[in-house]
Amino acid sequence: MDRLNDRVTTGLLTAALYIIAFMYLFPILWLFLSSLKPGSELFSYPLKILPQNPTLENYQYAWSTMEFIQYFINTLMVTITTTGLTILASSTCGYALAKYRYKWLSAFFICILATTMLPTEVIMSSSFTVILNLGLYNSFAGLIIPSINTATGIFMFRQYFMTVPDDIIESARIDGAGEGRIFFRLMLPLAKPIVITLAIFSFQWRWNDYIWPLIVLSDPDKYTVQVALRSIVGAENIDWVLLLSASVISLLPMILLFIVFQRYIMNANATSGIKG
Amino acid sequence: MRVKKKDRNKKWAFLFIFSNLLLFIVFFVWPALLGVAYSFTNYSGMNATFVGLDNYIRLFQDPGFYKAMSRTFLYTALGVPFVYCASLLVSVLLVSNHTRGKTVAKTIFFFPWLVSPIVTGVLWRWMFGESFGFVNYIISALGGEPLAWSSNGNLAFLVVLLATAWAGTAFNMLIFIAALLNVPKAYYEASEIDGANGWQKFWHITLPSLRSTSFLVILLSIFGLMKEFPMVQALTNGGPGTDNTFIVQYIYQTGFAQMRIGYASAASMVLFVILLVFALLQFKFVRGGRVDG
Repeated sequence: MDRLNDRVTTGLLTAALYIIAFMYLFPILWLFLSSLKPGSELFSYPLKILPQNPTLENYQYAWSTMEFIQYFINTLMVTITTTGLTILASSTCGYALAKYRYKWLSAFFICILATTMLPTEVIMSSSFTVILNLGLYNSFAGLIIPSINTATGIFMFRQYFMTVPDDIIESARIDGAGEGRIFFRLMLPLAKPIVITLAIFSFQWRWNDYIWPLIVLSDPDKYTVQVALRSIVGAENIDWVLLLSASVISLLPMILLFIVFQRYIMNANATSGIKG
Repeated sequence: MRVKKKDRNKKWAFLFIFSNLLLFIVFFVWPALLGVAYSFTNYSGMNATFVGLDNYIRLFQDPGFYKAMSRTFLYTALGVPFVYCASLLVSVLLVSNHTRGKTVAKTIFFFPWLVSPIVTGVLWRWMFGESFGFVNYIISALGGEPLAWSSNGNLAFLVVLLATAWAGTAFNMLIFIAALLNVPKAYYEASEIDGANGWQKFWHITLPSLRSTSFLVILLSIFGLMKEFPMVQALTNGGPGTDNTFIVQYIYQTGFAQMRIGYASAASMVLFVILLVFALLQFKFVRGGRVDG
């Protein structure tokens, strides 16, 4: 009796889980299916769930009408450069905060935490002035440089290096290794899991970022993928054929990233990936 | 000798934080101070005159600001519980002994994390299109009247809430699952001996064990929703009218489209003070002996 009960519960809860999962999956599935439909089929009643004449025309259209290759290259370049610099800056900074004891370092740590409270969204106008004054307006540097500093990245490395015993560093010092050498040869390789986790987070933040590119870029040739998508969806008459396939294309790098690093992403300590 | 070595370490420590320190000053302290200064001027991109508290006074008489603020609060007040419940439900199902095929389901729930706010807006706009959207199609197929999902302010707001929950679940789920796996199994075993059913176990063991995690999730959600901007841009463009124009979009419109930088900065400062209150709450909570998990 108990066992039967158990089975019924399992069946019901599993069904519930998958019904909800299907609801989460459906919007994406619908986007994908729609992107395979020719324009005439998208806007004819009654709708069909599956495309009657599946076609990749829309993708060709998106790829050729927008300078999608250009947007892709722009975004990839910004994303990869920023991610590399973020890892370099966050790892050194997190290491210093974890392994050296000076009052000014603790003060700086509090300052870094404070940045999470006043995000760019809140001080858009004055951030824009700063970008303008530094001559970074409408340049990729203006996208990359301000995004290097992330409290989350610094915090992740700090927490990790706190768990590394001081003895390792002390004995390296006794062996005569310099501080820089200790960090790059000994500590950074130890922190490889954090490097990978932050790289994934940073890639996602930058690839999907909208507000900075919106503020910094004016020249359509320099648009990132997100700003380009926004320009389609913000138009008076939305070109859905273009928008649907362009949206699917914009997801591809993230999906690839997920497939490659699934293990790291799903096991990442989520509380450490709070914010961009 | 010893002193010298310490000095050298100090130099290295400074070198290690140098780039972040510089970035912090240039892209945080500078714009923050500039924002405060602007909020007392009528700066519009050309020249600025000191106007005292004028911007603040006008702000509190501005119906547009009131509306944006009240819509933002409403969005946060309804969205946060919604995201919280959806994430918790999904997480509990994913750690339950009574569900199968967890890996696939977890991957599906995680997927929205990969999707940008702009594409999230596009997805939901497409699902809820008034004439050729999937939802209206289903409604009419079942014999109902299609609904005005984008021209009715309240319905559009509902779609924004749905999209918010959809997009926010993945991240909260990771936090919840980590916490749920930390709840000692012995608690459940003991309650089973006492004859507790699943529902009782959830109310009396799971939920109380998640108290600190819930607090964290709720605070992070409040922060996220108070600053909502890109997704709604793509989903409703703040409309219909200004029904879904939240405060960050209002700041963007006054600051960039209308170039009323002084005025927009004053609005920014108001938002900052509100976020600060929540942040202090979080600080108090972290100080108050937060236990991870």
